Amino acid sequence: MSSATTQPQTQRGRKRRTKAGRSNAWWRHVVALIMCVFALFPLVYALSSSLSEAGSLMGSNQLFATVTGANYQQLFSDPQTPFMRWFVNSLVIAGATALGTTLMGAAAAYAFSRFRFNGRRKGLMSLLVIQMFPQLLAFVAIFLLLFAISGVYPFLGLNSRMGLIAVYLGGALGANTFLMYGFFNTIPRDIDEAATIDGASHAQIYWTMILPLVRPILVVVAMLSFIMAFSDFLLAQIVLQDPSQYTLAVGLYEFVSVQFGEDWGVFSAGAIIAALPVMLLFLFLQRYIVAGLTGGAVKG
Amino acid sequence: MASTTRSSAPEPAGNSAETTLPWGAGDSAPATEPKRAHSRGFGVGFVVKLILMALINAFGIYGIVAAFGVGSWAIAVFLILALIAANLIYFLPGRRILPAKYLFPGLIFLLVFQVFVILYTGYTAFTNYGDGHNGTKEDAIAQLEQTYEQRVEGSPQYPVTVLSSDDDGALALATLQDGQVLVGSQDTALAPAANAESSDGSVTAVDGYEVLDYAETVNSPEQLAELRVPVSDDPADGALRTADGSTAFAYTPTLTYDDGQDAMVDADGTVWADQGTGAFVSPDGEELRPGWQVFVGFDNFAAVFDPEVIGGPFLSVTLWTFAFALISVASTFLLGLLLAILLNDKNLKGRNIYRAIIFMPYAFPMFLSALIWAGLLNTDYGWVNQVLLSGAGVPWLEDPWMARLSVLLVNLWLGFPYMFLISTGALQSIPEELYESAAMDGAGPVRRFRSITLPMLMVAVGPLLIASFAMNFNNFNVIYLVTQGGPQDLDSTTGVGATDILISFVYKIAFSGGTNDYGLAAALSILIFVMVAVVSLLTFRRSKALEEIN
Repeated sequence: MSSATTQPQTQRGRKRRTKAGRSNAWWRHVVALIMCVFALFPLVYALSSSLSEAGSLMGSNQLFATVTGANYQQLFSDPQTPFMRWFVNSLVIAGATALGTTLMGAAAAYAFSRFRFNGRRKGLMSLLVIQMFPQLLAFVAIFLLLFAISGVYPFLGLNSRMGLIAVYLGGALGANTFLMYGFFNTIPRDIDEAATIDGASHAQIYWTMILPLVRPILVVVAMLSFIMAFSDFLLAQIVLQDPSQYTLAVGLYEFVSVQFGEDWGVFSAGAIIAALPVMLLFLFLQRYIVAGLTGGAVKG
Repeated sequence: MASTTRSSAPEPAGNSAETTLPWGAGDSAPATEPKRAHSRGFGVGFVVKLILMALINAFGIYGIVAAFGVGSWAIAVFLILALIAANLIYFLPGRRILPAKYLFPGLIFLLVFQVFVILYTGYTAFTNYGDGHNGTKEDAIAQLEQTYEQRVEGSPQYPVTVLSSDDDGALALATLQDGQVLVGSQDTALAPAANAESSDGSVTAVDGYEVLDYAETVNSPEQLAELRVPVSDDPADGALRTADGSTAFAYTPTLTYDDGQDAMVDADGTVWADQGTGAFVSPDGEELRPGWQVFVGFDNFAAVFDPEVIGGPFLSVTLWTFAFALISVASTFLLGLLLAILLNDKNLKGRNIYRAIIFMPYAFPMFLSALIWAGLLNTDYGWVNQVLLSGAGVPWLEDPWMARLSVLLVNLWLGFPYMFLISTGALQSIPEELYESAAMDGAGPVRRFRSITLPMLMVAVGPLLIASFAMNFNNFNVIYLVTQGGPQDLDSTTGVGATDILISFVYKIAFSGGTNDYGLAAALSILIFVMVAVVSLLTFRRSKALEEIN
C-alpha cells in the first residue's frame, strides 16, 4: 500500500519539506500521539484491570497498581462460568461459519463467473436485492423457525450450536457472492480452457486451479465471516439458552451484567483472552484485510 | 461442494467451447479413455461425493420421518423436495446441470435462513402471534378448560399412586377404595383393576403398568399437571387431578366449550364469544387468556403509529435511530479522514507505528470493547469519573442526553479506525499527476483539496459510507451492550429507553419486555427494512451522480 510511490514525487515532497515542512511536523506528531492514546486507553485499562488484585470495578482504577494472575486463575477454575467452554464454542462456531461461508460463497461465485446458464442474470440480480435485507432484522422469524426445527432435528434447533451455524451460513451467499464474483472474473478464462483441453474436469479446475488463484479473496471472506460470527451477540443470544452452549459474546455479557463491577477483574481477564485469536488473525492477515477493505474503495 | 461426474469426460467450462464440443459426461467412452491419465484424483473425488451424498440422504430421510412423526408437514414437504433436488443435481450427468452443483449448497441455506425468514417475518407481521396467542384455537380451548376448574363440592380426598403404562408410557392414577384397587387414565374413568397388589394402604403393583416412585413422579411435572382421570362416566363427578403425585381431588371445569355458540361458557352463565380477535371475549370486553393465532390485518402497523399504543416511543426512537446512524457515520468519517490526511505524509517518522496503533480498536472484538466501555463510563466506580475526572459523578449512562452522547462517543471510538483505513486507501489511489498539473495551473492547497481530493475520495468511499449508515442503523451491539437501551423511560410500558434504536426496541418487544409480541415486532422489523432500503436507494443515486461527474 505504502510503496506505491514514484521517485519524482518523493523528491518534490522533500523539496517542499525543506521550506515549510519541518516546522509543521511536530504538531502532526502531537495529534497522532493524542489519537493513539484515545485508541489505546480502553484496551490498556482492560489489560490493567485483568491484572489487578482488587478484582472489582472500583479497585481496578489505578492502572497497573498491582500485577497478579489471580483473575486469570479464577477465570479458568470457576465452575459457575465455564469460560473455556464458551471460548471453544465461539471458536468452533466462528470457524465452521468461516469455512462454510467461504466454500459456499466461492462455489457460487465460480458458477456465476464461469458458466452461462438460464437465470444467471436474474440470480445475480436477486442476490443483490436479497443482500439488502439484513438477516439480523428477521431475528423474530429465525427464532420461530428454529423453534419449529427443534421438533424435527433437536441438534439443529433452538439452543444448539449447529443451529446457530446454520443461521449464519444462511447469510453466506447474500453477503459475499458479489465480493468473490468480482475477484473470480479477474482470473482469465484462458486458464480454464487450456486445462479443459488437457482433459481436466470442472471439479479439478475448480479445486486445484481456481481456488489457489483466488486465495486473497478467500482469506478476506473467511476472516470477515469469522469475525462476524465471533462478535455476533443478538442472534447468539436468541438461539443459545443454556450456559454450556453460550458463545463468548453471550457468556461474558451474562457474566458481567449479573454482577456488574463485582468481578470486573475476572471479566477483563476473559476479555483479554477472548480478544487474542481475533487480534492475532488481524496481525497475520493484515495485508489481506487492508487490501480487501480498501479494494472496493480503490477500484472506485 | 466436491463433485465430479461419473466419467472423466472433459467438460468445457467456456461457453465458446460449449457449442463446438457436443459430448456430455458419461457417453463416448473411447474419447475419454486416453484422457483419464490427466484426471488425477478422480477416483477419490467420486468416493468423497458418494460418502457426502450418503450422509445427506441419511440426514434428509431421518428428517422426513421425524417431521411426519411430529406433524410438521411444511418441513417434511420441504425436505422431500430438497432431497430429490440434491440427488438429481449431483447424480444426473450432463453439462446443463453443472452450475447447479456449485450453487445448490449455498442456495439451500439462503432459501431457508434468509429468504424464508424474511417472508415469514412478513407473514408474522399480519398476525397476533405472541404470548397468549401461540397456538391453535383447539390448544387454547383445551388449556382454558384445564386452567378454569373448581373442586367438586363434598368430594373426598383420594390417596393415589402414579402409574406409567407399559404400552406407551402414558401416565395413569391408581387409588385404593374399600380394599380394592381402582385404575384410570386420561381417557378411561376409574375402574377396578384385575391383577393388582397393595400393602399398607398403598398400591404396589398393577398389571400392565409400572408403579412410579416419588422421584420418577417429580421428573415429569408437566405431564402430571395435565393428567385428568375421570372419577366415573358421569362428567358431573369431575376428574381427578394431583399436584404432588400422592393425593388427588376431583375437579370439574368451570369453563366449557359450547360448540353451537362457538364460545366458552362459564359456570355462572357468562358467555365468552369468539369475535375473530384470536381470543374469547366476554360481553363487557374482557379477554380470556390464552387466545390463539389469527390474522389481524394491519392492526400491528396501526399500533406502531397509534400514539396510545406504541406510537409515542416509536416516533422518538425512529428520530434517535436516524440521528445515531447519521452522527456516527459523520463523526467516524471526519475523524478517520483527518487522521488519514495527517498521516499520509510519507516523510512523517513513525507513520507505520501510528497506523498500527490506530488500527487496534478495529481489531479488538466489538462486543468486548462495548462492555469495557460500559465499565469505564460507570457513574459510581468507572475509571472516567473516578480517575480522569477525579471523582466527579457525571451520569454518563444514567442521564438520557448524557447516555446518548456516551453511545456516540463509544461508537466513534469503535468506528474511526475503519474510516481511517478506507480513507487512507482512497487517498493513496488518487494519481499524483492530478495534483502536479493542478499545482502547475496555479491551484492552492485548499483548491486542490476541494477540486481533486474530495470528489475523488467521495467516489471511492461513498458506497462504503452508505453501507456504514445501514450498519449503524441496526447497530444493536453498541446500544445493547453499553446501555441496554437505557436509561429506561418509566412512563412507557414497553420498556423503551432513551438510547434505544429501532432494532433494540424490536428486541425488547419480542423477547425482553413483559409480553413477547412477535407480530408487533415483525411489523416493526419490516418498517425498519423499508427505511434502510429507501435511504440506501436515495443515497445510492446521489453517489452514482457523483461518479458521473468524474
